Amino acid sequence: MPAFLATSIVAYVLYLILTLFTGRVGLWSAGELISGAVLSLIAGAIAYRVSFEKERAGEKSSMRLLNPLRLIYFLLYLIGPFFIAMAKANLDVAYRVITGRIRPGIVRISPGLKTDFGITLLANSITLTPGTLSVDVDEDTRDLYVHWINVKDPEPSCAEVCGNFADWARRIAE
Amino acid sequence: MNILIYILFGIGLAFNGLGSFALIRFPDVYTRLHWATKCTTFGSIFTTAAVIVYGFARGGAAYHTLAIHSIVALIALLITNPTGAHAIARATYRSGVKPKFAVVDKLEEKS
Repeated sequence: MPAFLATSIVAYVLYLILTLFTGRVGLWSAGELISGAVLSLIAGAIAYRVSFEKERAGEKSSMRLLNPLRLIYFLLYLIGPFFIAMAKANLDVAYRVITGRIRPGIVRISPGLKTDFGITLLANSITLTPGTLSVDVDEDTRDLYVHWINVKDPEPSCAEVCGNFADWARRIAE
Repeated sequence: MNILIYILFGIGLAFNGLGSFALIRFPDVYTRLHWATKCTTFGSIFTTAAVIVYGFARGGAAYHTLAIHSIVALIALLITNPTGAHAIARATYRSGVKPKFAVVDKLEEKS
């Protein structure tokens, strides 16, 4: 039940953002408010099993992601260290397009994250940074296989491939 | 304000252009994916930012709506783009395409 409500509320907030400035009840028209409520209840009923996975042995409840402190950390991470790393990597990669100097390879890193959401966040961050692309994940140990455009070391540590992303993922998701 | 918008568009188009150029420059699907997905994401962040700045600077309900919708589109882009790139890379590897000129391939040692 709390999972269903949380999913519906998130869907409703998103709907309200999309329909800003449509009418006179606050910023919205009455029709939008009502149809948005109905639609987000339907969306919550369909999607709550996906957005909040069932608790498994040894894992904390995924409701902890609703903690506003984690959301603030996430936004800080997105604007600060992540964007800077992405800009730097883009310039490096742009240089490689022009010169054509590459040393590709697939390496294995073990970030040591304990939750599925953490490893998803880290894998998405790695993929969004140019020069590294997460190809596969080892489900048991949560190790990532990363295609790296400029292999400096065949058995690198996590920090060499993705900087301090793993620490941030741990702070946000665990 | 117009100058800021032109600068944002310029940066975005430069990265998008480099991304398309890299498609014909690199040897295999993995290296191409790097540019095809990520340089274009980075470029699209800037072009979308230009639209957002334009919407807020122009003012009025319709243009504010444009800016807010662009923000939502940007968030959706940032979530779906790496997921799609990962899905393509994983499917490629599972269907037996090995990276060319690779100096190391840990995934092959595993299977």
